[in-house]
Amino acid sequence: MADNSLTSNTMSFGQLLKKNVRSYSMFIMLTLIFVVFAVLTGGINFSPRNVSNIFMQNSYILILASGMVLVIIIGNIDLSVGSIAAFTGAIAAMVYNTGIGLIPTIIVTMMVGAVIGVWQGFWIAFMGVPSFIVTLSGMLLFRGLTYVITNVSPISLRDEGFSKITSGFLNSEALMAGDVSLLPWVVGAVLAVILVGMSIQAREKRRRKGFVIAPVSALILRNVFVVALIAILSWKFANFRGVPIVGVVLAIVVTILTFVTNRTVFGRYVYAVGGNKRSAKLSGINTELVEFFVFVVMGSLAGLAGLVFAGYMNSALPQAGQLFELDAIASVFIGGASMSGGIGTVIGAIVGGLVMGVINNGMSLMNIGADWQYVVKSLVLLLAVFYDIYTRRKAGLA
Amino acid sequence: MSNENILEVQHVTKEFPGVRALDDVSFQIRTGEIHGICGENGAGKSTLMGVISGVHPIGSYEGTVLVHGQEAHFRSVRDSEKVGLAIMHQELALSPYLSIYENMFLGHAKTTLGILDWDDLLEQSRGYLKRVGLTDPPETIVSKMGVGKQQLVEIARALSKQTKLLILDEPTASLNDEESEQLLDLIMELKNEGLTCILISHKLNEVLRVADRITVMRDGKSIRTYDAHTEDVTRSMLIKDMVGREMNALYPEKTPNIGDPVFEVKNWSVYHPEYHDKKVVDDASFFVRRGEILGFCGPMGAGRTELMMSIFGKSYGSRSEGTAYLHGEEIHFASPHDAIKKGVGYVSEDRKSLGLILIQDVKTNISNSSLPMLSRWGVVDDDREIQAAEHYRRSLNIKTPSITQLVRNLSGGNQQKVVLSRSLLAEPEIFIVDEPTRGIDVGAKYEIYTILNDLAAQGKSIVMITSELPEAIGMADRIYVMNEGKIKGVLDRGEATQEGIMHMALS
Repeated sequence: MADNSLTSNTMSFGQLLKKNVRSYSMFIMLTLIFVVFAVLTGGINFSPRNVSNIFMQNSYILILASGMVLVIIIGNIDLSVGSIAAFTGAIAAMVYNTGIGLIPTIIVTMMVGAVIGVWQGFWIAFMGVPSFIVTLSGMLLFRGLTYVITNVSPISLRDEGFSKITSGFLNSEALMAGDVSLLPWVVGAVLAVILVGMSIQAREKRRRKGFVIAPVSALILRNVFVVALIAILSWKFANFRGVPIVGVVLAIVVTILTFVTNRTVFGRYVYAVGGNKRSAKLSGINTELVEFFVFVVMGSLAGLAGLVFAGYMNSALPQAGQLFELDAIASVFIGGASMSGGIGTVIGAIVGGLVMGVINNGMSLMNIGADWQYVVKSLVLLLAVFYDIYTRRKAGLA
Repeated sequence: MSNENILEVQHVTKEFPGVRALDDVSFQIRTGEIHGICGENGAGKSTLMGVISGVHPIGSYEGTVLVHGQEAHFRSVRDSEKVGLAIMHQELALSPYLSIYENMFLGHAKTTLGILDWDDLLEQSRGYLKRVGLTDPPETIVSKMGVGKQQLVEIARALSKQTKLLILDEPTASLNDEESEQLLDLIMELKNEGLTCILISHKLNEVLRVADRITVMRDGKSIRTYDAHTEDVTRSMLIKDMVGREMNALYPEKTPNIGDPVFEVKNWSVYHPEYHDKKVVDDASFFVRRGEILGFCGPMGAGRTELMMSIFGKSYGSRSEGTAYLHGEEIHFASPHDAIKKGVGYVSEDRKSLGLILIQDVKTNISNSSLPMLSRWGVVDDDREIQAAEHYRRSLNIKTPSITQLVRNLSGGNQQKVVLSRSLLAEPEIFIVDEPTRGIDVGAKYEIYTILNDLAAQGKSIVMITSELPEAIGMADRIYVMNEGKIKGVLDRGEATQEGIMHMALS
């Protein structure tokens, strides 16, 4: 064990790398996969249209994954999210067809999702039925109810307005330069300034408190990476119609959930319950209530995902959402969450979901069918989780 | 009984990292005798049985074990079973959803080409069950039977393995008086049929009743072997040997400043979490005063932890009865959350599974109980959280490179300080600590004693459960003695001696 002194407050680059090897390796893996497919497809997957497409095609899985990661951190599982997405998609279409507008539709749909979460959370948290069973039952229940309310036929939407949530773009006539939209650059620039400013401020705060901080070089490297990522996305979006609305929706979901998990009491309770439920209970944490709310959050996000998927298909399908739960769960585990609970991040789940999304997309562009996509995805899941377990064991965390 | 030795232990020494669990232990077991082994918790009894039965394989200890005069090289429990040794643990090792006879032959049933003849086994089982006096049909599922009967199944299982030497580790710990009597009678009968028994028990009366010879262990050493037939062995003699160690200045000086009673519990009973009729704590009443350190002593399974956890927001048991008063007013704790809010803190004896969250860092573990206090609008205030954690790191001298270190990487003593910090940060008025110094080194123990004394000096009331009698005598202002779920009595600081406590507990 190291000594107690605080004389050396800046950790070396090597230490930093060692400490964060798992979170970095996730990003590196995503980048590598993207580059490999860029080579294999002759750069098509890097075209502005395709970059926007990747977000749209995977948006609903990413939304589900960012809720699923909470469920998995508290050591539970949710198998029902696909069926709930189908059910809430149908509800969304029905509500929208009454003509109350998109925003009220989103609110109503997410509330319906939350009520479903209340139902499942009640059985899991307060009645002590294992989540595997409750959500397996929910998977059947909401598939059945979807068939009931849709009469097993698609519900079409009254106008194009609904599908904007998934396939629409934010744009501004005033900010057009020929075919190129300047709005993504403006949004990107603002975002970059905020993120860089926040990271500098956070480091400064830690330094003042005498904490161990990362070296300046690491700070710069990290911010260069963030700015580059934003610049690439801005560039791509600028050249294809503007910022995808679903990207904005996703950004809001991820920002809120990241804030909740990192900074709020509720988020800390989630990790505590997942880390050791009995100890959390004796620490005075109302573990049942925490479990309950996690399922309510998951339910409302499943509602949002159902709405986004209905927008993507431009109609509510009774068969929608099949196997969504497995894609969401796989994303969470590829993103570094632990099967035994207590470990996982929202950003990780998003990166995990993108890994699978980029592979699907790349293979589709190469005209490789769904059959082989399954094979490759299965290996990625297995190897990613093995790598995670392996590095964790090496770091003495297993 | 002959003078031949079925088992001989010669100069066995066994070390665990940092602890010498057995220190040059020697004794003999004669063929056909019942040999009692007595000693306090941690005296080394269980480790010794582990060496004899192959739980600790050959090579992991020094010294020799002779069985039937031949040196034993047990690499596993299976090896020791082959030469006729069987051990019956305190926690029964039956598979709960299998029947009696399936359990009896589990792992050693004779097969023809790997195929079991269940009818034959059923037939065989009847004979053994008759010998142990169990009348239930062999097809009965064991989880449907009481603990006493399950124990008989274990003995029948041992007999079916052609056991020559049966080791019983606290066999009556979870039995009532009548069941205990029956079990002891059975052991006597089996002895007459030629079985040799080693009986490990805290209950000296039982040992004195059935044992031919008794060996006392203390601090990993075999102190003395009595022959019950030639010597007039008494409880006092055994107790004196069990506790006869010197008290040094292991405990910090203190000047108690004790005020009025703060917290009182009356007629508290707790029922077993699974066997809903069984009382684990029976009609316990106690009180603690301002600035007082209260000791709770008694052998393992006395019901001390169960009593405290039950009071601390119903954390143990299927249900409880009784009333609690804080400052003279009746009070209920619906959950640990509620208890903490009303000023009670509890630090578990089981640091790793009930105390800490091992995969989280020091800071998070300290703040987990007090996050609402350290936050605004549900958002955790990092600054205050860090200040709080740093405060306890300094004041309790937690040795860690930083408060962002994972607690799993800390030593036992420092982990204990982290759990204490967590409870203290919630500012309890009544502070219950369960075995606060278990498994930590002497230096850290002294620091924890100092912390507890300081808290008492600040006017907090401390309830300390401890199995180490010297610790209770060195620290506590009053000592409640518990055994078998009941409070057996209370001793003041001046009048408490180790012998006195043992007498009270075992009376």
